[in-house]
Amino acid sequence: MSLFLTSRRVRGGLTGLAVAAMVLTTAACGGTTRGEDEGSSGGNDAAGASADPDAEIPADLAIAFLPKQLNNPYFDVAATGSERAVGEIDGEFSQVGPSEASASSQVSYINTLTQQGADVILTSANDPNAICSALDQARSGGASVVTFDSDTDPACRDLFINQATAEGIAQTQIDTMAEQIGGAGQVAILSATANATNQNTWIELMTEYAAQEYPDMEIVTTVYGDDEDEKSFQETQGLLQTYPDLKGIISPTTVGISAAARYLSGSEYKGRVALTGLGTPNQMREFVQDGTVTAFALWNPEDLGYLAAYAGAALAAGQITGAEGETFEAGDLGEYEVGADGVVVLGEPTVFDAENIDDFDF
Amino acid sequence: MTVDTAPAPAAPAPAAPARRGRTLPAGSVITTFLVLFLVVAAFSVEGFASTRNAGFLLLDVVVIALIALPLTLIVVTGEIDLSVASTVGLCSAVMGRLWVAGLPLEAIVPLVLVLGGVLGAVNGFLVTRLGLPSLAVTIGTLALYRGLAFVVLGDQAVADFPRAWTTWAISSIGSTGIPTVVVPLLVLVVLTGVVLHATPIGRSLYAMGNSEDAARFSGIDVARTKLWLFVVTGVVSALGGVYWTLRYGSARADNATGLELQVIAAILLGGVSIFGGSGGLLGVIAGALLLGSVRNALQLVNVPSDVLNIVTGVLLITAVVAPQVAARVKGRRRRRPAS
Repeated sequence: MSLFLTSRRVRGGLTGLAVAAMVLTTAACGGTTRGEDEGSSGGNDAAGASADPDAEIPADLAIAFLPKQLNNPYFDVAATGSERAVGEIDGEFSQVGPSEASASSQVSYINTLTQQGADVILTSANDPNAICSALDQARSGGASVVTFDSDTDPACRDLFINQATAEGIAQTQIDTMAEQIGGAGQVAILSATANATNQNTWIELMTEYAAQEYPDMEIVTTVYGDDEDEKSFQETQGLLQTYPDLKGIISPTTVGISAAARYLSGSEYKGRVALTGLGTPNQMREFVQDGTVTAFALWNPEDLGYLAAYAGAALAAGQITGAEGETFEAGDLGEYEVGADGVVVLGEPTVFDAENIDDFDF
Repeated sequence: MTVDTAPAPAAPAPAAPARRGRTLPAGSVITTFLVLFLVVAAFSVEGFASTRNAGFLLLDVVVIALIALPLTLIVVTGEIDLSVASTVGLCSAVMGRLWVAGLPLEAIVPLVLVLGGVLGAVNGFLVTRLGLPSLAVTIGTLALYRGLAFVVLGDQAVADFPRAWTTWAISSIGSTGIPTVVVPLLVLVVLTGVVLHATPIGRSLYAMGNSEDAARFSGIDVARTKLWLFVVTGVVSALGGVYWTLRYGSARADNATGLELQVIAAILLGGVSIFGGSGGLLGVIAGALLLGSVRNALQLVNVPSDVLNIVTGVLLITAVVAPQVAARVKGRRRRRPAS
């Protein structure tokens, strides 16, 4: 058996490299480079169309719900909301989706919906760009596209239903905490990772809002549990030792809040140190029931799905086109207004406590 | 003279060097099945038989069929390459990284193809020079290349590729609905088909798959041939990576995760023996189209994706088991009069 690197092969390899280098250098002058192509339009395609706020929602609208992946509890709850809304307007609801949440797996489902002539597609994008061209085809086929939870490039959809604004999330958490500690005392924040953009935005807004509304509330520190259960647990322990006068902990991450609750429930601080933040009802139920946690917040995915379906129906009916300032009715949730870039905000996060937590299963 | 009793106008497969005694050329069963399925689906599934749907269907099959071409040659020699989808992912990630770095696409594409060749050469080197089993080697590189893809691009996505390129990737020929990329794919199919079925190289691949020792004694440089097959598979997978990136307009490290199973499914469904030595290219193309058509048709009638996976699995097992059963039944019949 011959050796891999004979002189002939070495020479062959060098020739290959030389060719590659040549291609590289020649193409470098005058090729297609980044930044040249500014062709992607950020504008709204529906700009020319006009809205008729009094248009009736036609019956039998085919409204399809396409989550990031099937069998995900969060999206299952959102689908329940969409299905309820579609029932109220006498439409036809269907849920389709991939079994794995990869960037491109949603494309063939969108294509299928285009082919079936769906009137409305409600989707949460696994990738902001990978499904764009498929959505373009769906829209040119007459479908209205509403994204929720995770947006695409704004040029590829009609509306995005944002679950909550950063301000809303920050204010709800501070208000919930203030209620529990009487608006005064030391409060610490248990975050995820130090460079998580959304966490840092919320923490900044929470600090500002607290200083403004509750001057006696002092945010003493922010610690990072890295969204790991073990580390969040230990950081909670450390907080209580470092700050013996600590009145409360805010954890704006579902991993952090449940780890902190688990530590508190087994410690002497149970009931003495307040805990709130962003968590899911299923994860926090036992701690609310045993008195460790009084109240915590999260947006309600069922409402998110419900609103998305109504927004889609309003688009299909021609009540709105997706332009800023238009308004539409969303059943039980009332009237909503379209904001800049075709974004509709669901509203304040839902606060869960002992009274309402058993109404939710996600 | 054999009489073709299939009701559908199935083109007979180019005769693979079938073993003596076999009446049907490899792949003709699956091709017949594909044609039957298409006819049934066209009449019973609403929206299946339209130019637009044909376009959607073909776009989904293109990358699978593309990578299946060189991988079929590898499987015929009795080897396997499980790292193809990870090669797609790594090449996609590198393409994104180089694009962000400001290189022109005209330079990125050849560079990425060279990278694919290197990745394939690593597989080939470990298999042919160190004598390691290709299954073990390419399970390793499946993880390794995917890991490297995440090192290159992390969980970011690069998506600002020029519109002209991304729209070309999903464009169709006139109003036929047939994607433009089918044309270069067809050229490659014909090329691969000729190499496999009409050249001494092709015959040597079957010889290796049947008996490596015999092939070596008859003067075939087994190691060198296999090394090149892995290199070509790497290059073609890289091409798949480039196309995947443009088609979805998004370079990501997790692109094409799990695609290797779909490619291998198409090959096995197409009648290529996983033990090497038999099978033909037409069957593989029919296998890829059948898998794609079944998925497409079931999606159109709103079958959930979990059930889709079950159907694909059952189809695959049937395709692998059926020839074995058939061969055994035939063997028994032949033995009986003798005993």
